[in-house]
Amino acid sequence: MGSLLTQAFTGLGIGATLLLIALGLTFTFGQMNVINMAHGEFIMAGAYTAYMLQGSFGRETSLLVSLPVAFVIAGALGVALETVLIRRMYGRPLDTLLVTWGVSLMLQQLARDLFGAANVQVLTPSWLVGGVHVAGVDMPYARLFIMALVAAAVAGIWVYMTYLPQGRRMRAVMQNRQLAACSGIPTARVDRRTFFIGSGLAGVAGVALTQLGSVGPTLGTNYIVDAFLVVVVGGLGQIRGAIIAAIALGVLDAYVEWGTSASFAKVVVFVAIVAFLQARPQGLFVLKTRALT
Amino acid sequence: MKMPGASGGARNPWYGRIGFALVALGFLVLAPATLSDFGLNLFTKYLCYAIIAVGIGLAWGQGGMLSLGQGVFFGLGGYAMGMYLKLQAAGPGKVPDFMSWSGVEKLPLLWKPFQYAWIALPAVVVVPMAVAAGLGAMVFRRRVRGAYFAILTQALAAAFVILLIGEQGYTGGTNGLTNFSQAFGLDLADPTNQRMFYFITAGVLGAMFLLARQLMASRYGRLLVAVRDGEERVRFLGYNPTVIKVIAFSISAGMAGLAGALFVPVVGIISPALLGIVPSIEMVILVALGGRSSLVGPVIGALAVNYAKTSLSNRFPSGWLYLEGLLFVVVIGFAPMGLAGLVGYGRSALDRLRGSPGASPADEAKRLEDEVVPA
Amino acid sequence: MKHRRYELLPVALLCVLALVASACGKKATTSTGATPTGTASGGGSGAMPGVVGAIIKVGDLHSLSGTMAISEVAVKNAELLAIDEVNAAGGVLGKQLQVVTQDGASDWPTFAEKAKQLITVDKVATVFGGWTSASRKAMLPVFEQYKGLLWYPVQYEGLESSPDIYYTGATTNQQIIPGLEYLKAQGKTKLFLLGSDYVFPRTANKEIKAYAAANGMTIVDEQYTPLGSTEFGTLVNKIAADKPDAVFNTLNGDSNVAFFKQLKGAGITPQQMPVLSVSIAEQEVAGIGIQNIVGQLTAWNYYQTTNTPENAKFVAAYKAKYGANQTVDDPMEAGYTAVHLWAMAANKAQSTDVAAVRAAAAGLTFAAPEGTVTIDGPTQHLYKTARIGVIGADGLITEVSSSPQPIKPDPYLKSYTWWKG
Repeated sequence: MGSLLTQAFTGLGIGATLLLIALGLTFTFGQMNVINMAHGEFIMAGAYTAYMLQGSFGRETSLLVSLPVAFVIAGALGVALETVLIRRMYGRPLDTLLVTWGVSLMLQQLARDLFGAANVQVLTPSWLVGGVHVAGVDMPYARLFIMALVAAAVAGIWVYMTYLPQGRRMRAVMQNRQLAACSGIPTARVDRRTFFIGSGLAGVAGVALTQLGSVGPTLGTNYIVDAFLVVVVGGLGQIRGAIIAAIALGVLDAYVEWGTSASFAKVVVFVAIVAFLQARPQGLFVLKTRALT
Repeated sequence: MKMPGASGGARNPWYGRIGFALVALGFLVLAPATLSDFGLNLFTKYLCYAIIAVGIGLAWGQGGMLSLGQGVFFGLGGYAMGMYLKLQAAGPGKVPDFMSWSGVEKLPLLWKPFQYAWIALPAVVVVPMAVAAGLGAMVFRRRVRGAYFAILTQALAAAFVILLIGEQGYTGGTNGLTNFSQAFGLDLADPTNQRMFYFITAGVLGAMFLLARQLMASRYGRLLVAVRDGEERVRFLGYNPTVIKVIAFSISAGMAGLAGALFVPVVGIISPALLGIVPSIEMVILVALGGRSSLVGPVIGALAVNYAKTSLSNRFPSGWLYLEGLLFVVVIGFAPMGLAGLVGYGRSALDRLRGSPGASPADEAKRLEDEVVPA
Repeated sequence: MKHRRYELLPVALLCVLALVASACGKKATTSTGATPTGTASGGGSGAMPGVVGAIIKVGDLHSLSGTMAISEVAVKNAELLAIDEVNAAGGVLGKQLQVVTQDGASDWPTFAEKAKQLITVDKVATVFGGWTSASRKAMLPVFEQYKGLLWYPVQYEGLESSPDIYYTGATTNQQIIPGLEYLKAQGKTKLFLLGSDYVFPRTANKEIKAYAAANGMTIVDEQYTPLGSTEFGTLVNKIAADKPDAVFNTLNGDSNVAFFKQLKGAGITPQQMPVLSVSIAEQEVAGIGIQNIVGQLTAWNYYQTTNTPENAKFVAAYKAKYGANQTVDDPMEAGYTAVHLWAMAANKAQSTDVAAVRAAAAGLTFAAPEGTVTIDGPTQHLYKTARIGVIGADGLITEVSSSPQPIKPDPYLKSYTWWKG
């Protein structure tokens, strides 16, 4: 029983990590139909930001400082990518996928040349060392931190999209780009802002990941495929869908791994996704649309 | 107007045939006569990739299905061949060397059929085709397409690699299948035999190219392009797009499988490192660089990229990665027709300079419209 | 008219491409063609591999790019240092060694291709290279078919003995079994086996299970994670639930970082449950983060702190060449040793011919940084001293136990009754 609960917590932890990464993707994929394979490298950029800042801010506070800084840095990278490349390729989602993959190759090599091929460490602040023990479940602070971060990110997005005019415009573009443009919404600016937020969230995810493992040039690639699966299962641009999908995949992974092995769990999760897409090819939640394709 | 890849109506077929014959001459006479043993061996490897590229060109360029998991089919073909060679090397009644290291004493059921050439050799094509047909039927029927399909195939590649590595006793794990000293009684280190494999591979490439060409010239080819450009419209016309797409996807998988099977005796190894997410995307690069909208483009791309990789990656290990990424960005972002498209573009620009009546700006616009990039 | 030419142009381009490709292939031929000529003019040295006039070409094949580069570049550096030393001491057969470096790119098929190139095109006398078992397995048929000679410098899973490979790292009975004996002596008899999912951990664990069964130890669980995996939540839970006395860790690379971080996050300390690792050396400790791994155990044959005069010289020379903040570790030492052993064997044989070197190498001894090593003729492995170490707060590893004398290599574990192949 204890172990079942522990696994539920672990699954939630995995799900939270996945969600943090997938949130940004949900936006860019959902609103702009852009598959950004360089998202993983924005995560890496966030992680390296945390690494660079720990020198100047010290072990205890640098992690908190890195969160907004990484958000801005990764967001800026995202805007640069959007302006230089992606803007020219709207309506060609498969091409953006391949182009951003090329960008990710270059960014990885750049990281290797800038920071060395060796993985580097971000120190765990003392307030994240250890964990709490509740009802027979060990809850490491690092995991709780990530969960809190995800909760904050989701809440922030909800407020943004519900109450702020910028967020409402974003929703309008997501639901119907042409109509939004006709109503006078500057879609190009909204796109850029969306990309900034989506990429910025990747940077935040990168900071969080430093508490689970090390920082290296291939950090992002380890997570990117899983994150895309979360978006596909959740449905395009569906925050609700992404939340449910991330937690479901995380918990499924944790339980299957408990009974079998890590490798087998990955395969089971993949089979489950293919089966799920048989039932709901558009994902959990579908934006209501009358479009033909 | 010309459908990309499909042959136009008024064209004199002899030009294409003569061109093909010239290239065939180059491949069959020139290359073996001038290349060293090692160079020819590398070239044979490139040709294997060219076969995969022809398949991707068919599924993606003509059919609009971007598979980021082509490595899986390449691997299925390669492993089918590798299993047969491994069993040949072990001798009757014995298990391959890696099984005994992993504690598998009895030949697993999965391996049993691969003792026989008459099962193993057809399997290199049939197994990938069947897997592709099964997966394709499932996802295309539910109208999973475009980016969703790409991500799904990418996840398939990831899962396949994990499975191969995890079941070490049955698959050789990360090491893959290696240490083949002979194939079909031929010593693999012997340059004469490698030369023969070269001719076989070149022949298969020619055959696959002609197959793709015939296919695209047929009614089916037109339907495939039509599905790419407007799946719903084809459906309303009473065709079943699922079947059309499954056929193309499965043929492209069969080609990848065949390439895998040829790859094994030539390179001497098949391992998960050759068919994961990254190699699968690299297979797509070949096609994107060469030009996805023609059938020749993928072949050019496969040869050019592989050659550049071999010659540059050693001299500039890190520079090559920048170059690979940059090529990708520039070609797909700004020249989606690839090398073959550049040639076409250069030709029409030349015509314009000469003031040829055949290439008015209107014509050019029309040509570009015809060659609309599959989304 | 228009269509015709449009179709023909790519075809023509293809022709040109084929020509270009064949031209480069030809270039390779001419450059190799120079080698035999050079040999002939070198005067009387016959057709010895690698000899070109007054130099001898040797190959160095490690991953200079990709995930393995971090470990392998260091080994390459140690090998280059040894080659400098050999050259400074007069070279081999009175000729200077010239290194042909190739990049294996962390990709096993590339290792096979580059090995083939080194033997057949560059015609080197011998090759120093490889790290992962998979790269060695990929190169093995190439060296056997083309009659080359490989010096492989990393500890591995045993059960192999190719006449064309010299293994200068430990085989299982020189690293893993001493590790198990140490744990047993400490009273840690309940083990949890954890490894990356590839050949070395799986084979090693098979041997560990056989040892445990014969020595009254219990294996509570055996788990593998995909290479590069960073999600260890479930595994740490399993370890916490199983409560073993110790964890035997064969994880590779980055996974170690995530594992030790998450293990520490779960509050499991080395005092309660030590982790004995066989793939973590000084080079890896820094990347894992010293605070995550301090106090954990390792099993190797050499540490930077090993107390021999040869080691003091080796560490000083390495730091002088590559920088004072560099660390050295076991595979680097094994690569360094390999170069010296080959040079000694070739000088003794008065030839770089593979068969002659092999004949001369049997029984050869060398005062290596780890202490005296001897080549075991039949298995082509080295007699090596096993050392258990504990990771200190300075990132260096201090020896806590060692075998009384160098252990005879036994890659097939023939001398152990509990092993049944």
